[in-house]
Amino acid sequence: MTEPDALLRIEDLRRYFDVSPPALECLLKRRKPATLKAVDGISFTIRRGETFSLVGESGCGKSTIARLVVGLYRPTAGRVVFAGQELAQLRGRKAAPLRRRLQMVFQDPYASLDPRWRVERIIGEPLRTHRLVASKAERHERIVQLLLQVRLSPSDGDKFPHEFSGGQRQRISIARALASNPEFLVCDEPTSALDVSVQAQILNLMKDLQRQLRLTYLFISHNLAVIYQIADRVGVMYLGRLVEIAATERLFTAPRHPYTRSLLDTIPSIETTGYKREPVAGEVPNPINPPPGCGFHPRCLFANDRCRHERPELIEAGSTLVACHAVEEGRLREEPRLLRIGA
Amino acid sequence: MAEPLLRVENLRVELPTRRGVLTALDGISFTIAAGEVLGVVGESGAGKSVTGAAIIGLLEPPLHIAGGRISLAGQRIDNLPYNAMRAIRGKEIGAIFQDPLTSLNPLYTVGHQLVETIRTHLDLSPAAARDRALALLSEVGIAGADERINHYPHQFSGGMRQRIVIALAIAANPQLIIADEPTTALDVSIQAQILALLRRLCRDHGTAVMLITHDIGVIAETAHRVAVMYAGRIVEIGAVRDVVANPRHPYTRGLMSSIPRIGGRRDRLRQMEGTMPRLDEFPPGCAFNPRCPEAVERCRRERPDLLSAHTTVAACWLYDKPPTQAPRVFDD
Amino acid sequence: MIIGGAVLAPWLAPHDPFDPGSLSLLDASNPPAWLDGGSWTYPLGTDNQGRDILSAILYGSRLSLMVGFSAVALAMLLGVTLGLVAGWNGGLVEAIIMRIADVKLSFPAILIALLIDGLARGVLPRDLQSEIAPYVLIVAIALSFWVQYARTVRASTLVERDKEYILAARIIGVRPARIVLGHLLLNVIGPVLVIATINLALAILTEATLSFLGVGLPPTQPSLGTLIRNGNDYLFSGDWWISIFPGVVLATLILSVNLMGDWLRDALNPKLR
Repeated sequence: MTEPDALLRIEDLRRYFDVSPPALECLLKRRKPATLKAVDGISFTIRRGETFSLVGESGCGKSTIARLVVGLYRPTAGRVVFAGQELAQLRGRKAAPLRRRLQMVFQDPYASLDPRWRVERIIGEPLRTHRLVASKAERHERIVQLLLQVRLSPSDGDKFPHEFSGGQRQRISIARALASNPEFLVCDEPTSALDVSVQAQILNLMKDLQRQLRLTYLFISHNLAVIYQIADRVGVMYLGRLVEIAATERLFTAPRHPYTRSLLDTIPSIETTGYKREPVAGEVPNPINPPPGCGFHPRCLFANDRCRHERPELIEAGSTLVACHAVEEGRLREEPRLLRIGA
Repeated sequence: MAEPLLRVENLRVELPTRRGVLTALDGISFTIAAGEVLGVVGESGAGKSVTGAAIIGLLEPPLHIAGGRISLAGQRIDNLPYNAMRAIRGKEIGAIFQDPLTSLNPLYTVGHQLVETIRTHLDLSPAAARDRALALLSEVGIAGADERINHYPHQFSGGMRQRIVIALAIAANPQLIIADEPTTALDVSIQAQILALLRRLCRDHGTAVMLITHDIGVIAETAHRVAVMYAGRIVEIGAVRDVVANPRHPYTRGLMSSIPRIGGRRDRLRQMEGTMPRLDEFPPGCAFNPRCPEAVERCRRERPDLLSAHTTVAACWLYDKPPTQAPRVFDD
Repeated sequence: MIIGGAVLAPWLAPHDPFDPGSLSLLDASNPPAWLDGGSWTYPLGTDNQGRDILSAILYGSRLSLMVGFSAVALAMLLGVTLGLVAGWNGGLVEAIIMRIADVKLSFPAILIALLIDGLARGVLPRDLQSEIAPYVLIVAIALSFWVQYARTVRASTLVERDKEYILAARIIGVRPARIVLGHLLLNVIGPVLVIATINLALAILTEATLSFLGVGLPPTQPSLGTLIRNGNDYLFSGDWWISIFPGVVLATLILSVNLMGDWLRDALNPKLR
């Protein structure tokens, strides 16, 4: 099923890491080789102009997907197709035009800027690399324009990163990402390291920029409330697999997968002060040794024998895609939440 | 009314630097009753961790207490000599910090660390201490305590380690626990479990908790009362339900509106302009005045005390007299 | 100060101590000026061949410093480059470079220097030897010191390589060579400079040792080490000044270099700025 205006298409993407003990140890101590299946068969598409979010807890593989999408990792299997071109097939020089159109904003505002470079040079790096401007004067002008766009002042170009706060550094990161006029931004937890009030400023900025520049976002986060604010569609990940994909409002009002439901239940929330909830029992299993069949079955109230052996695939349940045997078999019916959307 | 368990009056903490003396805490006052959970919320740099450190006597030099008093169960503790404070720390006041990885010594077994803590503060034989350690581990929800007591910290997951840290904190049955961002480094589902555990322990043992965090959701879940800090001062205190539903101080209001909420509006978050001033940049008068949409001349000159504001107490001149009109709503 | 003196040696030295023509054996073995028998023409005395000690020291210091600096610079160039390459590329390249480094470490520095020096002597024709000698020495000392830089730089590179600002550069599409030279180099160079100053002292000392042992510079181009060596034979016959002054100068030089290293480390520490 191909969508005509799909800007990014991920097909059965897998990324495995070899985490075996060193060869000698395997031999002497009879240790088996071990593989970390960080991403284990993920498929989704992102339409132009939309904000697609991936949400999940630590170890679910969302950061690995971010790196796969921008080409920092090569897939072990599966494809990443951007604007009709498969990323893995483009190497070296041929990748350059694509790199212009696809950029990334990172989580850590302190590590994502070279501490020894001035801000002007940092933001100008994409301009230099892709030779997007003809002269030094033009470059300077463009940098000033970018600084103003992220609501910093033109004189900030002369300073070093350590002279700025976390929120301001994220703005610089965003300016750098926008320098090459990209169409698509991968945002890996861009506000997780920021204070709440700063987060609000950055999220608003990102929304404004999306409107002004017609950007498409892949927005990764563990924070469901942030995702609620910014995403059009959401994919929920668990142990390297997608368990549910739905439009944002639908996900929050009528979650289908047991994991999604328990995730929504466990968020400490201001509205639900004093409301008695059921935190999901147990912890996320070690991704090196995931449970067979459906990865969630040890913690799932609805697991049956099939769940323990057979891995569920994404199926359509209304407008949602869910990977759950219980839903498929009709054992788990839809339970709309009492949530009023809107002012 | 009974004397509160912890009473902090006009606490000032200063930091001498080459460029002059900076004020980390500028005269804060609050109380915690026995068995109560007080949430202390604020953004980075507001001074919440410094408050916790000051109470438990672990301020890192050159930070030091420059004024005010701290009293625990009626006894003054801010001016105690090192050894006396050491006796109190752990026995009367327990502590839980953010990173479970570094809170535990990786070289000793969990059991060893527990027993060591127990025997430091309680006069028990090694066998009795070990029994108590086992009981503590079970209480914090570690299954198979008999076996796991001999494991090393790295053999536990993050959530389990934090439970062990909690066990260490309650080992000597303290009256007060200072918890500094205890769940920030944990996943959401584990966070819920740890908070539930803390609540249960509080109830069962009657321990008071000072819960320091930047996450208002956590406070809303777990605390009875909350103190909102800004630039080294407390700007509002009240019952959690009141502060969250009807914040009075403009900063608290701005903070509440900035938080993304599931079920709220989705187009744009209300944002406050500017950022919290750094320690060397405090404006005169009310620290929030440059960013406050309701600031008046007085705010720029005089610093407000905590004034009664309907259901809560807020440090804002808006509440200096009975309100004649409804305060203006924050808009962008 | 010492550096200043060494650099300006050709202008300062009252005599050219190495021009055989201006020597006269009659002036030989004069004690320093303030002792009996000395004169102010030769302030620190002369050696057995009539060479003025002060001038010799000035020239010698110059040579010592030149050899020291060059050796360290070469070692730094070699070590930093290899360290960056090893750290950035990883895999087989890194393994090879690091194993070579390990092998080299199993030999003490002096031994390696001796080895190379001996090799050079055997290979090169005799008449070239005295001209090339300083360069051979520089190469020899550099080859015995590069490993420290390589290791430190490799370790720092490994740490910085995974940081987001490097990832960002890769995503932008910057070519690896530019990333390494533009970003990594600046961020790993700190400890290198500190090591370099410490190494400078060590290099000078090594050169002095080698010269003292006779395998360093030839007598026509003596460094402080050679001077000490020359004077050694006369220490007990009463002409103590031939050895002692160069020795004192050497010690002072090394001390001042070490102090400079300490100062540099503090100056580069951004937290103290």
